[in-house]
Parts: sequence; structure tokens; C-alpha cells
Amino acid sequence: MDEPSTAERDPDGAPARAPDGAPERDGVGAPEGDPAETRPGVIVTRGLTKRYRGGQLAVDGLDLTVPAGSVFGFLGPNGSGKTTTIRMLMGLIEPTAGTVRVLGRPMPRAARTVLPQVGALIEGPALYGFLSGRDNLLRYDAADPTADPRTRRARVAAALDRVGLAAAAAKKARAYSLGMKQRLGLAAALLQPRRLLVLDEPTNGLDPQGMREIRTLVRELAADGTTVFLSSHLLDEIEQVCTHAAVMAQGRLVVQGPVADLAAGARGLLVVTTPDAADAARVLKELGVADVTADGDRVTGEPPERDLAEVTAALVAEGVRVRGLTVERASLEDAFVALTGEGFDVAG
Amino acid sequence: MSRADLRSRPPAATRRPSPLWALGLLHSELVTTVRRWRTLALLGVLAAVPVLVGIAVRIETRDGAPVGGGSGEGPAFITQITNNGLFLVFTALAATLPFFLPMAVGVIAGDAIAGEAGAGTLRYLLVAPAGRTRLLLTKYATVMAFCLLATLVVTVSALIVGALLFPLGELTTISGTRVSFAEGLGRALLIALVVAASLVGVAALGLFVSTLTNSGIAAMATTVGLLITVQIVDQIPQLHVVQPYLFPHYWLSFADLMRDPVYWDDLIRNLGLQALYAGVFGSAAWARFTAKDISA
Repeated sequence: MDEPSTAERDPDGAPARAPDGAPERDGVGAPEGDPAETRPGVIVTRGLTKRYRGGQLAVDGLDLTVPAGSVFGFLGPNGSGKTTTIRMLMGLIEPTAGTVRVLGRPMPRAARTVLPQVGALIEGPALYGFLSGRDNLLRYDAADPTADPRTRRARVAAALDRVGLAAAAAKKARAYSLGMKQRLGLAAALLQPRRLLVLDEPTNGLDPQGMREIRTLVRELAADGTTVFLSSHLLDEIEQVCTHAAVMAQGRLVVQGPVADLAAGARGLLVVTTPDAADAARVLKELGVADVTADGDRVTGEPPERDLAEVTAALVAEGVRVRGLTVERASLEDAFVALTGEGFDVAG
Repeated sequence: MSRADLRSRPPAATRRPSPLWALGLLHSELVTTVRRWRTLALLGVLAAVPVLVGIAVRIETRDGAPVGGGSGEGPAFITQITNNGLFLVFTALAATLPFFLPMAVGVIAGDAIAGEAGAGTLRYLLVAPAGRTRLLLTKYATVMAFCLLATLVVTVSALIVGALLFPLGELTTISGTRVSFAEGLGRALLIALVVAASLVGVAALGLFVSTLTNSGIAAMATTVGLLITVQIVDQIPQLHVVQPYLFPHYWLSFADLMRDPVYWDDLIRNLGLQALYAGVFGSAAWARFTAKDISA
């Protein structure tokens, strides 16, 4: 058995229970000493399942591992269970089965010690429309037991500045545009230095400039050692900022791993541009290239194992006039479609 | 091993929570509640009731005629106002306690959790993390503070209008004895406190309803609807068996504080009943809220 008792304790040995002894909700008990506990990961779920009243299975046996220091992209079509998963990670809803560990502690039982170190943007920002942007942040900060009231105003000002809202801080939040609300939501997640940021669709409603700023912000935070868990339906966004990714479809985890490996999983495409398409196709088939198709002056096929220089030489030797020969690298989108067998349609 | 690594990194953000942080949350909650225009509108309506009653009595009695044509109709103490403006306080409280005050409390209590859930701000308070039990206690404390604030608004408004429109001075109790103005004022404040305490039950009921839904409007409407229903049941003679258990049943017992000596029995029954409602519905709200899936 590996350290069955320490799992119940803070690093300093304080009991994991809420300090006031208030019976916060107990997590679904997993046998302590489960091998999952010893694995690395800022977020580790094992067999995480949520069945809503009415029997709908929103999340089904999720085994997710988010490595420390990663920028983790969480992908999936609408209705695939991403938000339900995030709500379980944050202790907002109770799993039907399975366990969640965030920062090495069980959720939702250890919410009081875990969540101050986690910044979250869940399903878009939610604001008090009748309060100014600054007062919204002051209120959210007041709800954090670990937040020092003496530094509150300075931290709020710094967070507003970081998301570019300093000029609009005194404006009522109901007058904010969607992009400004999104920025304010991000500012709320950045009120304190965090070890983990959970960002659900953070670039929603932002203009291209705003999206770039958010991506830069995410990279900066990751460079500081913050793990970022990012859900998005924008594949190129994930590809640009994420080191790791997981793909969900219909409540199940389809795949997870480093982004480079995922994209490599879907093979690229050999493209030969030539006026002699028929000859080129024949030569490629003779070279053992699979899936050769000719379309106008474009001949495509699976990239061969052999050196591309040999392919070029063989084509030229057969008198095929070659305008271009290239291997188009597979995008994450190709990998995604290959994995889910569907595009971004809403799952039924 | 790796988990030990994870933990050995000092959590940069974590600071031992001050035992007083909950007061910071309460302060934030009170300020947020009072800054809503809805709250201010409710308090405005409550402040207007004594003004209306005072002006009406003043106009009616300008020619020296008795209030209500001497027929004794109208809220308690209304006939005494022309003798002593302090009685406007008692009249105004008697006029607002059956409906205006509990309705205002029902609106604030009903909106307390459901309104935050509907706006989505509840999830951010909970991941802050405010803690479910603490957030609920803070909400209940805020609603009770509003009970007191609302009652004081009626009292102070009535006191000002009474002093402006009518003479002040010694007053006669229900029992016929005379007490000094200072003692009368003391009793008025005591009555205000008892009236505020009478609202504790409906506050707990509203808070419980508020944990059942994600719609602030639905929770407010349900609470006010329950209030009206209970008030009606309390008036039907055939249902007298259940009436002693209805939260408004002993509300008007506050008048007994104007007897000399004070008649305590119904006052104590009222406070006991309010405590019972607070206990039952407070526990129900806690059980519901701490086990609820926050999916809005």
C-alpha cells in the first residue's frame, strides 16, 4: 500500500477536512492506494462517470491525465461531455462513479485547499451586471478564503491590466461587450498566482487580435510553470498553444497524448503536381504508394517509407514532368476526424 | 514519488485563511445586496408606507374629526396617532408586517441562491472557493440583516413623519397607564426588533425555496405565493388546528409590548415559532445546497 494516510493530509500535515469542520461533500470514495494516485498529473481522473437524472450518460469512464507544466487541450464536439467533465474537476457536480484528483488531492473533498490554487473560466464568464468590472473582481476575490484583503485592490488592478481592461474597470459590467466579459472572466481566474488554470473556451467572442493576446497570455502563464487546461473547439488554436491534447466524443475519451504524437498518428499526404497525371499515378503505384488518386494535375497518395528523393528520381526517369512534390503534414483536424469519424457536428 | 514532487513545490498562492475572512465575504454580500436597485426599490416602498398613512391621517383629522370616523377601523393604533406621532411607528409596522415586509424579505431570500445560480455567478463563488456551507450561512445572515434593515426603514420613516405631522410626548399604553416619551421610544425600538425577528421564519423558507431552482424569479414568486397562501389559511376558521403552526400566526403579538405590564406569552410563542422555522428550513436548505449539482 502506498501511503494510504498521507493522501488525507495537506503538505503541512493539516487534516484535509475543511478547517471549520463543515461537512463539505465527500468525494466518491476510491480505495486509497489506488495505483492512479502515484501517477504524475495535475489532473488525474479514473473511471470518471456522470449519469444525469433521466439516465443520460454525459461522461463515461474517463481516464484523463494532465501532466504538470503542460498546456493541455481538451477537444470534442459540442455535447461530448467536456463541460460536465470540467464541472466535476471543479467540484461543482458530483461524479456518479470514479475519482478526480486535482493537484494531487481528491475532489470535491479537498476543494477548500485545492481551488484557491486553481483559476477557472467555466462555460463563459458570469458577472454582476450592476457592478463595475473592478467591483466584480473584488467580490470574487472576497469569496476566496486565502486571498489577502490588504492586497486585494492591487491584485484586482494587476489582473485587469493583464487582460487589457484597465481602461474599462469602472464601467458597469452589463455595458461590456462579449469580448470584454470574456476578458473579465479571465481576469477573475488570474487574481492570484495559480498552479492550474482551467479555461473553458477562453477565446469565445474575442476578435482575432483578442485571440492572439489570449494565446500569448496562455504561453506566458505556461512559461511561468502554470499548468493550463484549455477546452476549445478551435483545432488550430489547440495546435498553436497546446503541448498535450485529449479528444472526447460522446462522453468517452478517444485519445490523449502529446499534440505532436496525435498529429503524427494521422499520416500526411504525398502530393505530386504534374501535367502527366496518369503516368505519375502508375509510377507511384509501382513504387508501392498506397491510395493513389489522380485529380487533374494533382496526384496524391500515402507518403511512402522510402526517401522522397528516390520517388522524384523514379518519376523523372519515367519521363514524368514534375512541377512539385511534397508531403503535406497532417493537421490535428485530420487526426480529429480520423479519430471521431465525424466533424464538429453536435453529438446526439 | 511524483506526487510528492507535486506537493513539495510550495503553492505560491496559498495563504492561511484568516479566521475573519468570512466577514469579508459577508461584507461583500451585504454591499452587493444593497447596491441592487431592486433592494433599494423595496426599501423605498417600505419607507413610503408611513408617509402615506401619516398624510392620510393628517388630512382626515384636519377638521378635528376622529380617525376612521370613530368607527375603530384600520390598522392597530391608528386612532392614537393624532395624540402622539410615536404611534405612527406602531401603526406603520402593523400595516406592513402582514404583507409588505415579508414580501420584501421573500424577494431578497428567494433571489439569494437562485438568482446567483441563474446569472452563473454561483459557480464562480463556489470555485473561488467560498465553500457551500459558508456561502449559505452568509446568504442567510444577509437576509436577516435585510429583515432588520427593512424594519428599521419603516420605523425611522414613521418616526420622522410622526414627529413632523403630529405632536410628541407622553403616551398611553393599551392598558391605560402612561409612560414617558423616552420609554415609549425604547418600546418602539424593541417592537422594531421583534418585528424583524418575526421575519426570520419567512427568510428561512425563502432561502430553502431558493436552493431548489436556478431561476431567481421563480424562487421569489414561490416564496411570496407561499406567504399569501399561509396568510389565507391563517384566516380560515375551519383550519384553526394548524394555525398555531403557521409562521404569521403570532405576528401581531408585537402589540403586547405596548401593554403594561408586557404580556409575554404570544411574543414568546412567536419567537419560538420563528426559531422552529429557521431551524427546519435552514437545515433543509443546507441539506439541499451542499448536495446539489451546480449545473447552471
